[in-house]
Amino acid sequence: MTSKRVGIVVFPGSNCEHDVAQVLNNSGIETEFIWHGRSDLGEISGVILPGGFAHGDYLRPGAIARFSPVMSSVIDFAGQGKPVLGICNGFQILTEAGLLPGALQKNARLKFLCQEVELEVANTTSCATSLAHKGEKLRLPINHFEGNYTCDLKTLESLEANNQVVLRYLENPNGSMNSIAGICSKEGNVVGMMPHPERACDDLLGSIDGLQILKSYASNL
Amino acid sequence: MRFRAKVEVWLRHGIADPEGHTVSEAINALGYPGVTDVRMGKVISMSVDAESRDVATHRVFEIATSLLSNPVLEDVMVELEEA
Repeated sequence: MTSKRVGIVVFPGSNCEHDVAQVLNNSGIETEFIWHGRSDLGEISGVILPGGFAHGDYLRPGAIARFSPVMSSVIDFAGQGKPVLGICNGFQILTEAGLLPGALQKNARLKFLCQEVELEVANTTSCATSLAHKGEKLRLPINHFEGNYTCDLKTLESLEANNQVVLRYLENPNGSMNSIAGICSKEGNVVGMMPHPERACDDLLGSIDGLQILKSYASNL
Repeated sequence: MRFRAKVEVWLRHGIADPEGHTVSEAINALGYPGVTDVRMGKVISMSVDAESRDVATHRVFEIATSLLSNPVLEDVMVELEEA
């Protein structure tokens, strides 16, 4: 069996790409950093859009990243049913690119949040939660200003009806509708989440719950 | 023809505007009476060379709705004047 390789897209201003790579490498998954200006993804089995501040978050988080040359290949890749995971800024980029519905607006009470939160796994068919069980509690860090998930009511109803909510906050920290922390596409292969699983994969960091997410993702490559 | 375009981006009604709310509270704290409905938005201006006003308006509107605003959260207003 050939080893699986994950492409981690690097935008100017991304800053979590090495953390994700290290966790995947420790699990025996090869990674490759893909500069946002590239238009082909090469031979990879999965794409991750990491956290950070792509293009300085100017205009809105993800607004400019969405038009980076690499994104049309990411959209094609997602369309082929292959696993695409957006973490934090990556989630914001996925919504701006139209790969996931809704948008992330500024946190309620205009508060930048940097803390560990408790989450509940709401869907175990997505590419990032397939090894977890429904209702499983995970402790993961969040670190964002724009994490308040917002969409119109019709979209919200359809997300719930199609089981597209992947993670929910137990105590809503940022005003997100229905306490949504992460969602997936109808097919489950595109997942976006505000929490950072890559920062919770080592006992030294206080939690290894992030492994549930990244090992699930790795198992779907 | 050269035009000067102004794009205003506003949070849609029903979308929380925490900056506007905070500024509103600051105005109240300063003691000014009768000031309500404070909203924060963005203004982006640009020069556009195009063969007609219609072409320029169309181009700026496309930029405003694809890049400068997110239709889930924001509305845009476009104004054009001959430079």
